Amino acid sequence: MATTTTDIDADTHHDHEDHHHGPEPGLMRWVKTTNHKDIGYLYLWFAFGMLLIGGAMAMVIRAELFMPGLQFVEPQFFNQMTTMHGLIMVFGAIMPAFVGLANIQIPTMVGAPDMALPRMNNWSFWILPFAGAMLLSTMFMEGGGPAFGWTFYAPLSTTFAPDSTDYFIFAIHMLGFSSIMGAINIIATVMNMRASGMKLMDMPLFVWTWFITAFLLIAAMPVLAGAVTMMLTDRNFGTSFFDAAGGGDPVMFQHIFWFFGHPEVYIMILPAFGIVSQIIPTFARKPLFGYSSMVYATGSIAILSFVVWAHHMFLTGMPVAGQMYFMYATILISVPTGVKVFNWVSTMWRGSMSFEIPMMWAVAFVILFTIGGLSGLMLGIVPADIQYHDTYFVVAHFHYVLVSGALFSIIAGVYYWLPKWCGRMFNEKLATIHFWWAVISVNVLFFPMHFLGLAGMPRRIPDYGLQFADFNLIASLGGFAFGLSFLLLAYIVVDCIRNGKVVKEARVWESAKGLEWTLPTPAPYHTFNEEPSRELILKESSHTGDNH
Amino acid sequence: MLNNRFFATLFKILILPLLAVPGSAFAEYGLNLPKGVTPISRDIYGLHMTIFWVCVGIAVIVFGVMIYSMIYHRKSKGAVASNFHESTTIELIWTAVPLAILIAIAVPATRVLIDLENTDKADMTVKITGYQWKWQYEYLDNGVSFFSNLSKKSRDGIKNAEIRNTDDHYLQDVDKRLVLPVNTRVRFLMTSNDVIHSWWVRELGVKQDANPGFINDSWAYIEEEGVYRGKCTELCGKDHGFMPVVVEVVSKENYAIWVDEQKAEIAAAAASGDREWSMDELMTRGQEVYSTNCAACHGTTGAGVPGAFPAMAGSAITTQPENLEAHIAIILNGQAGTAMQAFGKQLSDSDIAAVVTYERNAFGNNTGDITQPAQIKSAR
Repeated sequence: MATTTTDIDADTHHDHEDHHHGPEPGLMRWVKTTNHKDIGYLYLWFAFGMLLIGGAMAMVIRAELFMPGLQFVEPQFFNQMTTMHGLIMVFGAIMPAFVGLANIQIPTMVGAPDMALPRMNNWSFWILPFAGAMLLSTMFMEGGGPAFGWTFYAPLSTTFAPDSTDYFIFAIHMLGFSSIMGAINIIATVMNMRASGMKLMDMPLFVWTWFITAFLLIAAMPVLAGAVTMMLTDRNFGTSFFDAAGGGDPVMFQHIFWFFGHPEVYIMILPAFGIVSQIIPTFARKPLFGYSSMVYATGSIAILSFVVWAHHMFLTGMPVAGQMYFMYATILISVPTGVKVFNWVSTMWRGSMSFEIPMMWAVAFVILFTIGGLSGLMLGIVPADIQYHDTYFVVAHFHYVLVSGALFSIIAGVYYWLPKWCGRMFNEKLATIHFWWAVISVNVLFFPMHFLGLAGMPRRIPDYGLQFADFNLIASLGGFAFGLSFLLLAYIVVDCIRNGKVVKEARVWESAKGLEWTLPTPAPYHTFNEEPSRELILKESSHTGDNH
Repeated sequence: MLNNRFFATLFKILILPLLAVPGSAFAEYGLNLPKGVTPISRDIYGLHMTIFWVCVGIAVIVFGVMIYSMIYHRKSKGAVASNFHESTTIELIWTAVPLAILIAIAVPATRVLIDLENTDKADMTVKITGYQWKWQYEYLDNGVSFFSNLSKKSRDGIKNAEIRNTDDHYLQDVDKRLVLPVNTRVRFLMTSNDVIHSWWVRELGVKQDANPGFINDSWAYIEEEGVYRGKCTELCGKDHGFMPVVVEVVSKENYAIWVDEQKAEIAAAAASGDREWSMDELMTRGQEVYSTNCAACHGTTGAGVPGAFPAMAGSAITTQPENLEAHIAIILNGQAGTAMQAFGKQLSDSDIAAVVTYERNAFGNNTGDITQPAQIKSAR
């Protein structure tokens, strides 16, 4: 710690006073807060706001694709929509939402009073709104915002890009800073703030998956920063990293981008695995099957994620030996991923299951994520990928894993922990309607896209031939319904916080295990003032099964 | 009741993929890949179906166990939770079995991969160059070379439903097709003039990125005459959705006739540059050239897109007499660092003369300037 002795004294003194205090009143609470729960809530609300903005862009896309011909927007604006939709959902919605859940839950799950680096925590959140605003502001600049896809391949994003691209680059840098600081904080918290009675292999899976994800973030985000910096110098300072005319190579951009991009997709799914691994044992009333193999599988997926990047680039003109290697490495990932799915199913097997709202979302996650995983296996086979690559088949695949995968797990996590956060239960009737509405519409939205891709519809096109009209119409209708379901989610959450039935039991879900359920409900502003004992930790383990 | 609905949906999710089974009944709705007309496309189709059924098999087993468990191991049915949570044997089995399945898939996949990457022993070679937003085809064996743009009917149909609905191949038709002989081993060389494009025709089993400054290759041995349609599949800017590929496969005899016709056309085009053109001729030809090559960016009314593509109407370059030379130079050589291409190698002297004349007299510019092909020739 870089603080002086006097500082420590002052801080300790301050802490003593604060222990019995709640949060600071007024708006400044949220600006100045260093409390892990406050910051977590900020992350979640920010993510939800961005989800609505990115979702509105998706609605524009689906409206334009509702039928053949150009009806609402021009192609250049359509490209801005697909680009911004992707960037906002990845960097503005999914990633911050997971960081938010980590902020709120990790200290409560490892028996810590707060995150290890609370001031940095505040900073890593407050960079986000500015980065997001800068990213969105490009849409109002002359020449329009980024229109080169969320993967921003050079030279479309360098020589041929609008001037606003430099603002986009700066926004990406800021988002990267925020992510790296968040990741450092999580690693420091898990390493240093964990209750002394909790060994690494006692940690709940959500903590484990986030711990591994944080290392992925620290390794991957600087690579992205490097890629956009090279773009910046290519655009403004006369370098030719990605320009063949100056001795560079546009395909090198793709290598660098996907060296970040592939770990990035696991950054967005590993915490989801963690959430689902918390929820399923709770409602199956049975310890998680194969806890240690889950941890090892997560680790193997993380390591493999760094050696498969070029499977996004099979058609760039790679040597055949390269294609073979990346094909084998890619399909190998399905082994640890399969282990996870088998473990969840085995946890359910011969359990005593009930289907409360979080469990329904978790089950939907397992099924729909598996569908997305299987289409991923198909995409890994190089010759078949020749026909699938850059078509709607790919769009269907990554939306199955990111929407009905990552996003569904976030919703599951929010329903699971929300009563603990605010001490009130959501309206279960409405939540049931929300679940079925979302789960049906998300399939109406994305399932037909498999057919569209196989039938020959490329992705990122504003208009299409008449033979694609029927499935696009179905997908658009599903899209509008799915979009509306988020307004219902907003209502359910706000209604829960303001008018929900008061919950007093510490253990909101009768069979839930974990240190967070030993805290009073609603969770106190400062989490663990006293370290939980080893005895309590073992008793609350969701995977040893000793106490069932 | 809630649980019944839950299972009904699960059932649907399981059954839907099965409906994707290829078969005559579903073929017309475009639910699946076509078998195609080359040995490679058929191999790919076979692989695709193999992996598809493997995936369906895995899904049926995993979801089957899951659904069984959700029906019979429910608390409301009085199920009592057991406490097992580890079994090394089972975990080894479900690591080893998927591994074996993967190896079984990887072997045929590797065989097809090696075959499709082997572009040796070609009977003829076509070089394909991607441009924003059209394709150039160069037959390296006989010197034939031309550009292939979105057909005028499709372009007109983009904002006109009546034209669109009478267009049998909306957005899938071009003004000039790539013509290839049947039963010939054709090698394709792909490259690009500006950004990355990707040339895809499903029935041929060919999709390959066209990278600026580099050349990729691919090949096809087409066994059936016919017309095969494809698309650009790599986002290449504004009109990415509007650069289709059409391949017409004809008998070897008809191909030879077609090549002779092309050579005659090239000679005629060169000759047209040697005479004086009238204003009307230039304006008519100029409008055609403009709508094919320029309108995508600068707009049919010459308004351009502020901040991205400059306007033609009333701009200094297209209206002031002293800028005529600069006007011609931009068209010939392009504008470095922008999307403006060099059209010098794409268009003939007469085409450039016509489009310059058109741009200086259309859109209310009315300068009265006439540019002749001879001027372009000397400007080159």
